[in-house]
Amino acid sequence: METDKEYIITVFSENKVGLLSQITTVFTCRNVNIESLTTSESALQGIHKFTIVVRTSPETVEKVVRQIEKKIDVLKAFVYAPEEVVQQEIALYKVTRSSSVEQLVRRHNVRILEIDSDYIVVEKTGHKEETQQLFRLLQPYGVQQFVRSGTVAVIKSRRELLNEYLEELEKMRKNQKNIDTEA
Amino acid sequence: MNTSPTDEQQTIDGPRMTGSQALLESFLIEGVDTLFGYPGGAIIPVYDALYDYRDRLRHILVRHEQGAVHAAQGYARVSGRVGVCLVTSGPGATNTVTGLADALMDSTPLVLVTGQVGSELLGTDAFQETNFVGITQAVTKWNCQVKRTEDIPAAMAKAFFVARSGRPGPVVVDITKDAQCGTAPFHYEKIASIRSYVPVPEPDPARIEEAARLIDEAQRPLVMVGQGVILGNAEAELKAFLEKSGMPVASTLLGLSAVPTDAPQYVGILGMHGNYGPNIRNRDCDLIVAVGMRFDDRVTGSPAHFGENARIIHLEIDPAEIGKIIPADVPVAGDVRQTLPLLTERIRKRRHEEWIAGFRACDRIEQERVIRPALHPTGARIHMGEAVDTVARAYDNDAVVVTDVGQQQMFAARYFVFRRTRSLVTSGGLGTMGFGLPAAIGAKLGAPDRDVVLFVGDGGLQMTIQELGTIFQSNVPVKIVLLNNSFLGMVRQWQELFYDSRYSFTELTNPNFGLIARANGIAYRRVEQHEELTDAVAEMKASQGAFLLEVCVESQENVFPMVPAGAPVAEIRLE
Ligand SMILES: Cc1ncc(C[n+]2csc(CCOP(=O)(O)OP(=O)(O)O)c2C)c(N)n1
Repeated sequence: METDKEYIITVFSENKVGLLSQITTVFTCRNVNIESLTTSESALQGIHKFTIVVRTSPETVEKVVRQIEKKIDVLKAFVYAPEEVVQQEIALYKVTRSSSVEQLVRRHNVRILEIDSDYIVVEKTGHKEETQQLFRLLQPYGVQQFVRSGTVAVIKSRRELLNEYLEELEKMRKNQKNIDTEA
Repeated sequence: MNTSPTDEQQTIDGPRMTGSQALLESFLIEGVDTLFGYPGGAIIPVYDALYDYRDRLRHILVRHEQGAVHAAQGYARVSGRVGVCLVTSGPGATNTVTGLADALMDSTPLVLVTGQVGSELLGTDAFQETNFVGITQAVTKWNCQVKRTEDIPAAMAKAFFVARSGRPGPVVVDITKDAQCGTAPFHYEKIASIRSYVPVPEPDPARIEEAARLIDEAQRPLVMVGQGVILGNAEAELKAFLEKSGMPVASTLLGLSAVPTDAPQYVGILGMHGNYGPNIRNRDCDLIVAVGMRFDDRVTGSPAHFGENARIIHLEIDPAEIGKIIPADVPVAGDVRQTLPLLTERIRKRRHEEWIAGFRACDRIEQERVIRPALHPTGARIHMGEAVDTVARAYDNDAVVVTDVGQQQMFAARYFVFRRTRSLVTSGGLGTMGFGLPAAIGAKLGAPDRDVVLFVGDGGLQMTIQELGTIFQSNVPVKIVLLNNSFLGMVRQWQELFYDSRYSFTELTNPNFGLIARANGIAYRRVEQHEELTDAVAEMKASQGAFLLEVCVESQENVFPMVPAGAPVAEIRLE
């Protein structure tokens, strides 16, 4: 579809067994392909963070996010356009060792992780296009292994939406309590 | 704050008891009085404990675990309480999946406790082990597995809270056998909130103002009510809103009985086999106020054409439903019991007499072309509509109507007059054949003071017919009206209308239902003639216990009106 765009979805949840498959099912149900997915602890203790990259229409991404938020153990999900986030991926390459390879990797701003008499392992961090480009350049020299991580992203906005959300929740809960005690 | 059972720090101040006892104590604290279940190896410890709780917990032994869930659904839908089921692991658990899916679709609050193999055996393909938490992920509102005795109370507290709060739904708690057998101090704290879960979204005052303004401006508005009104106990709030706004009101199948269907502003059922007026006038509406409904495709027909000239106000508790099918001009998230009065306060008092008169004109057309011929057929055979109407009049339209799925379901919904809330129990979203009989059992137990009448087809009855044994054993006085057309009627209708009358495997050669009824100790009568019908229904009503009334009906009757699947609702056909 022409209206399809890239979106970065961040999901914050309780750390519960099986939640990953609950979240990915929401995408499969609506036939949305996940381009990349990473999960980790968030900055808040006990809260887990999923970073999911998809290409889809704006309407679908909205619906998907609401379905994800409906999961009892999900705190909140946010959708961002690529320009709203700082994002990186990390790629590792295991390449047959030769002097031309060494020269090439030095020019490409990579970290050398290991050098063996036969091979060399390097790491490049950047956008997908950059890591992909290096892969293409290395291919003629013999790439034995290549792996790229999913996107990790932080949000540019000055506001910390999750924290605001948690505060709002707290307020709502207090109001609710007041209503309950009045009743 | 964090309430997930694994994180719960169990305080050591309660009496020590086994996990099984803790489970039953949890039921008592949550106000449970009835369980529907079936024992087996992995749940025997709970059943053993239950032996000592027979005076406090009524257990209904069903004949198949699917029946347990449907019965619990019937119980929950008429009583507004959480339905509770208890089954064993493996096949016992997997037999419940259809019921869970049905309850999720129709927002029915349920807690299903399943036994599970011992925790040391998990993941080893042990005897009767299934990954039930994995299997039921897609058919529950929430589920969890408990592997430690001390975690049972917290898991149960969370299960009941999730099942009944917000938009209700089914919850599964899968308890390993060692957790049932172990002992721990019992300490129970009811749950009132979970950090990651907002059961009821806060209504936005700006949206309320906006909605009130649209209502005041509308010339041709229509209110559409769904089951949300019943689930939210908002019938009185809806009545006040309707009285002040003067708007006509239509109902979804599951919304039926939220508004008395003989109320002056009531204009009929929406959707595929609904009434003529609310469908044909869909295009004429300039405002639709949807209250606690989710725009199922059986209601909307082609969504692109639905309310194409109308603004849409959508009052709904589940944010994921807003804009899912029909984009809302004014979404009003929240509990309708809370949001309806906010609207009522703000709107002008109005009457829409002329606009409602337009619906009455449609009613007259439907009356002439559809209803009169259905209720007073000229042929030799009895028609389904006629049978429903006879039962309705015998009960003075005051009974809990339970239906199975198919033609008989649509006739029951169309021709019964619903005057009291929670008077229709039917499988709407999933359309589960076999739902009716067990749901009727649960409904009778949940509303013992009301008459419960089931309308069921000859196909659907045979899907869960073993529950006649439950009626026998537990002595449940449900009245079963079997509308026997010797066909899978609804499918036959589609074959007639859309598949050139090629009746591929829809004709049934049926057993002798009279013998089956009698074998289960259930009174029985069979009627074929119009003249006998009234008397037979009277006999059924007068009988003390359960009764199976088999009505042999016209075999090739069709339900009309009908909106062909996927067509705009305004293309509703009268024949
Ligand atoms: C479990 C299940 N299987 C199949 C269907 C498809 N289906 C819908 S209505 C129907 C026919 C029902 O026949 P019957 O129970 O005799 O009722 P009637 O339509 O004749 O009133 C069928 C097969 C279904 N809804 N549920």
